[in-house]
Amino acid sequence: MNARRPPGTLASAWLIARKDLAIEFRTRTAFLSALVFSVLAIATFYFTWDTSVVTAADRAPGVLWVVLTFSALLGLQRSFGLEEHDRAIDALLVSPISREAIYLGKAIGNLAFLVAVQVVAIPALALFYDLRLGRAMAIVAGIVVLAMIGIVAIGTLFSAMAVNTRLAELLLPMLSLPFFVPVLLCGAQAASLVFAGRPMAEAWPWLRILVAFDIVFVVACTLAFPFTLEE
Amino acid sequence: MTSTLPAVDASGIRRSFGRRRAVDGVDLSLDPGDCLALFGPNGAGKTTLLRVIAGLLKPTAGTVHVSGREVRGDASAREQVGLISHQSMLYGALTARENVEFAARLYGVADPRAAAMAALERIRIADRAEMRVQSLSRGMQQRVSIARSIVHEPSVVLLDEPYTGLDAAGGAALTDMLQVLRAAGAALVLVTHNVDEGLAIASHTAIMLAGKIVRRDICSELDHRAYLAAYRAMVVSGAANVMSAAR
Repeated sequence: MNARRPPGTLASAWLIARKDLAIEFRTRTAFLSALVFSVLAIATFYFTWDTSVVTAADRAPGVLWVVLTFSALLGLQRSFGLEEHDRAIDALLVSPISREAIYLGKAIGNLAFLVAVQVVAIPALALFYDLRLGRAMAIVAGIVVLAMIGIVAIGTLFSAMAVNTRLAELLLPMLSLPFFVPVLLCGAQAASLVFAGRPMAEAWPWLRILVAFDIVFVVACTLAFPFTLEE
Repeated sequence: MTSTLPAVDASGIRRSFGRRRAVDGVDLSLDPGDCLALFGPNGAGKTTLLRVIAGLLKPTAGTVHVSGREVRGDASAREQVGLISHQSMLYGALTARENVEFAARLYGVADPRAAAMAALERIRIADRAEMRVQSLSRGMQQRVSIARSIVHEPSVVLLDEPYTGLDAAGGAALTDMLQVLRAAGAALVLVTHNVDEGLAIASHTAIMLAGKIVRRDICSELDHRAYLAAYRAMVVSGAANVMSAAR
């Protein structure tokens, strides 16, 4: 018999995330969809807003969060769809890894996916809205990553819940968006202050709340996830 | 394997979906090396029972132990289980080898790549190891699925219609492999509609009807032809009492 030593929670999570990213790297279906959506949304907002009323720089933060939210939903939609096809999820559930590891692996994969989309979307935003790619943009990118952690934590849980339903594509945004609100609110407020050139001290209270939400959502969703798998 | 504990010990298993009882008070005990063929018509509760034993479904009542450990709560019990279903449980965008290697890593198998190749070799599909699963035929996918489920050398193998989609060569390779697993001490539970396939490998048989096991037999004591005829009559009539004629 083969010597066996099943991996721990984090090692299992990494295996699952790596597998998801390998599949996405090969198929690129969700990545291309999210990328095309992001660039089209950025361009559409640019051409449809009256620049004489609101300047491009003032519009940019709002566009950023709209693009982030909906491109995240595109990625999250596919997350458990991969497992549901041919019931691959059963092979994960029957293996000795914990349910929490499955959740964390999916969440890490989703986070990497979203980061990859934003790596293209944020420079595109800067290009369209004539934003300088300096220190402020670096700080905004950091805020976006913090917001993505909360969004992915919630979205991964609801993706698992919605995937077995007939209206999964409708249910995921309906379930997730209300829970995204506190994360988006904190992220948008902090980013707006940075975009406006205000001192970082003014953004700190929002960032602290954002980090608190991230911690609460990651812990709560990790603990809740095993219950979503019960039939 | 020298353990004196039953490989599978399920007692009082009941599983309901709403008001419908899919499995209704099933007791099952298998020693290492046993092979139980579980027959029954559609909707008899065979797959539900298998999923309960695998730990995929929580029983409404009763407990399942694998090698003495509770399957739902103990990861080391799930480590002992291999599950083969009529659904492949594979990722189409990954190659056959990557799918099996991924499973080997989840079980912590030493040298997962070599173990994956050995498992693919056992089911005679190593020549397709680097092909993406989505480009393989249904039967080939089933072979990869079988390799995935035995890569960690489980001591309990649960098989739900494993011959589905396999051609004659694939079926023969599967039967050979199951015989080898049995000889090595693995206990098998084989759910199938095909009585001939079941009797060819099983040491015990059971028939499920409406969530209950209505008949149990030891294969060596069976008249296969009479059993088969009676089973067919039961499936057609849906009546358990038909089976008593075959005893």
